[in-house]
Amino acid sequence: MDHRLGDARGRSGDVTASPMTPGLQPAHGADAEAEAENDSAPIFQRFMERIGALWTLGVLAALVVAFGIAAPTLYTKAAWLATSSFAVEYLILAIGQTYVIVTAGIDLADGATLGFSAMAGSLIMANMLGAHSSGGLAAFAGVLVMLATGAGIGLVNGIIITRVKLPPFIVTLGTLTAVTGATDLLNNGTEITNLPGFVTTLGTASVLSGWLPVPVLIALGLAVVFGLVLTRTRFGMRTYAIGSNEIAARRAGIHVDSHLVRVYMISGFLAGVAGLLVTANFSAASPIAGANDELYAIAAVVIGGASIFGGRGTMFGTVVGTGIIAVLTTGLVLANVQPFWQQVAIGAVVIGAVAVDRVRTRAGTD
Amino acid sequence: MTTTDGPAGTPGETAPQPVIEARGVSKRYGSIHALREVDMSIYAGEVVGLVGDNGAGKSTLVNIIAGALAPTTGDIYVDGRHVSFKSPTDARDAGIETVYQDLALAPDLSVWQNLFLGREKTVRGPLGWIGWLDRRAMAQQSVTDLDRTRIRIASVASRVGRLSGGQRQAVAVGRAAAWGSKILLMDEPTAALGVEQQAKVGELIRTVASGGLPVLLISHNLPQVYEVCDRILVLFHGRLIADLRPAETDMDGIVAWITGSAMLAGGRAT
Repeated sequence: MDHRLGDARGRSGDVTASPMTPGLQPAHGADAEAEAENDSAPIFQRFMERIGALWTLGVLAALVVAFGIAAPTLYTKAAWLATSSFAVEYLILAIGQTYVIVTAGIDLADGATLGFSAMAGSLIMANMLGAHSSGGLAAFAGVLVMLATGAGIGLVNGIIITRVKLPPFIVTLGTLTAVTGATDLLNNGTEITNLPGFVTTLGTASVLSGWLPVPVLIALGLAVVFGLVLTRTRFGMRTYAIGSNEIAARRAGIHVDSHLVRVYMISGFLAGVAGLLVTANFSAASPIAGANDELYAIAAVVIGGASIFGGRGTMFGTVVGTGIIAVLTTGLVLANVQPFWQQVAIGAVVIGAVAVDRVRTRAGTD
Repeated sequence: MTTTDGPAGTPGETAPQPVIEARGVSKRYGSIHALREVDMSIYAGEVVGLVGDNGAGKSTLVNIIAGALAPTTGDIYVDGRHVSFKSPTDARDAGIETVYQDLALAPDLSVWQNLFLGREKTVRGPLGWIGWLDRRAMAQQSVTDLDRTRIRIASVASRVGRLSGGQRQAVAVGRAAAWGSKILLMDEPTAALGVEQQAKVGELIRTVASGGLPVLLISHNLPQVYEVCDRILVLFHGRLIADLRPAETDMDGIVAWITGSAMLAGGRAT
């Protein structure tokens, strides 16, 4: 076990330190030992160490500069609004996906969950409006249904993963397919447009003289809140612990199964929030809303430096990763590149990000 | 948790009461007797080795004390009080800490996070109710705890994955010593270590025991057991057949008990 961990994560210690480095130093000399280890590290490794996860921010900045040169319209309010609004649904899904990936899991169903919860909530709202309920009451019930439906699908994922003990990839692949079908069953595969004023207003409202759309504000707020929970609370620390070494977490008395269920519920709940904002944005619940979103959400998390083997990943990285995807997409459109290239570019960035991350891990910045 | 302040208890000089006592402990799996009527006492400040061939029952006995297994018959006493653990968590709450062979550390977490994993300190007030961590308090406590066992790690904020094998071992032992108030159970603690690091772990075990916390050391590493332990218990086919003092025997003597030849020769050592 110790060897396996050493191979997978602590390679730097083995490479840079002499094999005889004593593990336990009696009271003095430990600092000298650590310094000696650092001094022997090649300059490149120390460079990567300093940079840490900030390199993705550099990539984002480089993209903004490069596309700005290719298409100066990138620096307009319209382009900012298009880019940030585009990013909203992916960012919200990626926030939940960050939690899941940190536990060494994956939630392939979050895009489908977005679509289903949006459709379920909209169906309630449309029916209540049809029965002459007040718009406020219908909106309240609809939003509640969206959030609860999202969390409910997460609950189902979490229970199957932990109780039946199936891999998250398989379970969420199954729910992705089943939930996608169920979305069409809800309204015979057609969209719903009869929605309360609250929902349609939510999609167009903004603050700061129109510079900050409310959905963007909500997405960023959620990133801050869930980022703080991940780094500053017991729940977040245990989330990392489970992804890092599940056996250690169990031995530490952590109820791993119920923790994982809650993590998948967070992912599902956030998919419900994203479903609400997508519905608000289009003033309609579309049966294809959220389709394939999970791929962008996972890509954003991975670009942001999270390890799909668990234990590593930050909300800051996820926000930057989502930003990279959004800027790439808008930038390519503004630069008049054929839209088909967008997905090619994003795919290349995902692979490139993981490759760079691998180098960083080898360099011991893990 | 009875204490968060690391090793507690003092070496009993007069009328010693065993910290951990097993009376008539047996464990059966169907027709297989993994343990038969084991009586064992461990006193404060002792390092006790538990040796025996594969299948002799070492792990079974340790798992019973650690709360991972329930004995079929027999009883465990902690400080003279009868206990029956339902889970390892019960045993830990009673002050019994285990250092596992795989160390049970999370490599992506820092040293202090590993020390407090599952027993996190949260801040006072409303933020504490939602589990807001008191990171500074835990980091400071970690420095104190590791200092007490004379473990020096460059920084408690280091990720455990970046530490050497020996340092990880030290973190695992330091954690157990910090939380344990009754006994430290160590299951093959040096199996994955080099010679020099094994010696360091030996020193660490002595340091822990000199603070009063007894250590039960399960190991195949006989030279280390011989060197580090005050007493050596030998299990043979589920029976405790010898209670040896290193001063009164030698390596060959221990091996003779482990293989059973000493018993066949009519020896008796208890």
